Amino acid sequence: MPTLIKDGQVVDNPWCLLEKGVDLNAALSDKAEQIVVPFALWQDHKDSLMESSKKIAVWLDSEDDPYELANDVIDLPLICLNFPVFRDGRAFSAAVILRERLNYQGEIRAIGDVLRDQLFYMKKCGMDSFDLADGVNVENALNAFNDFSTSYMSTVEEPLPLFRRR
Amino acid sequence: MYNYDNYDKQMLQERIVQFRDQTRRFQAGELSTEQFLPLRLQNGLYIQRLAPMLRVAIPYGCLSSRQLRKLASISRDYDKGYAHFSTRQNIQYNWPILEQVPDLLAELAEVEMHAIQTSGNCIRNTTTDQFAGVAVDEIEDSRPWCEIIRQWSSFHPEFAYLPRKFKIAVCGTPNDQAATQVHDIGLYIKKDDKGEIGFQVLVGGGLGRTPVIGATICEFLPWQHLLTYLDAIMRVYNRFGRRDNKYKARIKILVKEIGAEAFREKVEAEWLHDKDGSATLTQDEVERCKGFFTDPDYQELDNTNQAIEGAAASDLLFSHWLERNVAPHKKSGYRIVNLCLKETGVAPGDITDTQMEFVADLADKYSFGEVRVTHEQNLVLTDVRLQDLYVVYKALKTESLATPYLGLINDIVCCPGGDFCSLANAKSIPIAESIQRRFEDFDVQKNIGDITLNISGCMNACGHHHVGNIGILGVDKKGAEFYQVTLGGSSDRETSLGKVLGPSFAQAEMPDVMEKIINVYLENRQDNENFLATYNRIGMEPYKEKVYANAD
Repeated sequence: MPTLIKDGQVVDNPWCLLEKGVDLNAALSDKAEQIVVPFALWQDHKDSLMESSKKIAVWLDSEDDPYELANDVIDLPLICLNFPVFRDGRAFSAAVILRERLNYQGEIRAIGDVLRDQLFYMKKCGMDSFDLADGVNVENALNAFNDFSTSYMSTVEEPLPLFRRR
Repeated sequence: MYNYDNYDKQMLQERIVQFRDQTRRFQAGELSTEQFLPLRLQNGLYIQRLAPMLRVAIPYGCLSSRQLRKLASISRDYDKGYAHFSTRQNIQYNWPILEQVPDLLAELAEVEMHAIQTSGNCIRNTTTDQFAGVAVDEIEDSRPWCEIIRQWSSFHPEFAYLPRKFKIAVCGTPNDQAATQVHDIGLYIKKDDKGEIGFQVLVGGGLGRTPVIGATICEFLPWQHLLTYLDAIMRVYNRFGRRDNKYKARIKILVKEIGAEAFREKVEAEWLHDKDGSATLTQDEVERCKGFFTDPDYQELDNTNQAIEGAAASDLLFSHWLERNVAPHKKSGYRIVNLCLKETGVAPGDITDTQMEFVADLADKYSFGEVRVTHEQNLVLTDVRLQDLYVVYKALKTESLATPYLGLINDIVCCPGGDFCSLANAKSIPIAESIQRRFEDFDVQKNIGDITLNISGCMNACGHHHVGNIGILGVDKKGAEFYQVTLGGSSDRETSLGKVLGPSFAQAEMPDVMEKIINVYLENRQDNENFLATYNRIGMEPYKEKVYANAD
């Protein structure tokens, strides 16, 4: 059963995520046409990856620096941000940096330990698809985006803070 | 007081619905204990030694009488008829039942109160000087700025899963009563030569296992940039704060490891992007917030009163109380009245339901219906007419709330310790009581004069022991409870961290040890020197010699 939420719907996932440590040959010979490569592989082999016939996306782990994608965002249709454990909050800042600093317009996907109760905040920070962790009730998760009707502060989703709207 | 509008009310209701569902899913087994942990913590709920503990926020220490009455009825209906004021201007219930917590939160919401972000690795309740708005020497009322920070930090999506907890204090007076320098972020309000408001920004202060005094990274931040600058600090901390070791995860460790200057550079680089962006504060918003904290309807009154002087001349205890517990007020004919919640035999900071209701009534009658909570675990009536002081004093006496030793040795700051807290290494309340009994004679206390004595039951330092003139820390020595003593701490504008006296003591020795320390002070003090001044002049050695004189 699909566990990917995008635009408020449960959808199939066409992307194949490659684990850390994969080498260039293995990545390029993967049978999937759309692959998400680890950040290190992207950094080392960006040109070779871009020259291949595959669609290429990148995933960042929580300690990876999103600023290092500054020159690449134009080429990437999808950037995945990993939550190694749900309480590691670094990806929230990574998403904000991608959207607000690097002006990234593509899809930002939360991957890893993605649980229902963090979805609202993820979306506020600019993530727009969510690959739920095993065992998360997908129907219940769809409700998470309505947990709050608004936010006080400036967010990626609503840059005007409440004090400029109330 | 800040009044909620429909936005505030709706978000608070949504939070309760959210937590009710989270509690339900936890009880249905849909959320693991680990997954539920940060959710309940960010709603103030701990699982303690004997029962859950719920910590309710009192934003920057301001309470209305209506809110205080609600806190009283909650303590009766959901708890055992009392509650505890913490050292962070919060109030704690020690005996709620998990299933009832959502209902309790709904009752709090009726009076615009909550337990949001009172625990967990997020931005906690913003604290300030309890005399904000009435202090004689105030540069600027800190309350509107605290409210602005409260709103910015509530449900901040980017900073709900920080490496560790995060505490912000704001101070608008030269005499710091908010322990500003030992907060993750400390903000001193300043005015430039044009009278424009700004903030001196300190980062990386904190107590706990590694006590540190905050470092200034900005001397004057114009007020418009307050929130964008805070965002920048938080983002640097969220990204680079250590997550591999809970004891090294506070911002103070990051600032120490990379240095304050390097930290400042990172913040400035991050801030460049946000500066002047949409989160920049507007004059309208500041005026709107200031509008909630205007002066009450003061009368024009003389600043002297013969009847009160007469009462003081004939009632010695009242004159003591006037001297110790009553502070000057910015408005002629008014005074600030401090209620010391340190009655011997009662845990410091504890208050009963009837006392809360009594204080609420007094506030309505004599102080425009408002009460403040202090980080020293006391209460304040901020706007009492000079002419009413004797009536108020006599009323307070009937509820054991007129103990005249504010700022004296028996005004002990003390965490709940091993009697309640599951983190504690040792009990703290019985230590406080044994010391209070030793110095029970008011003349003795008065002779000792200004002093702070702070007790924590463990390294987490909720009792702020590092910044007590005398600090006491409960430690575990092979399963037995022992107590380490520090001297020379202070949390005022000249913040200092106490130094360890020497090997720790058994519980039974503590009153004697305290008495010896006090005696060294009394024998050495010159003129009007207080305890801290004498210590700073003569150093640790005389205290050491006296206390350990007969020890091998």
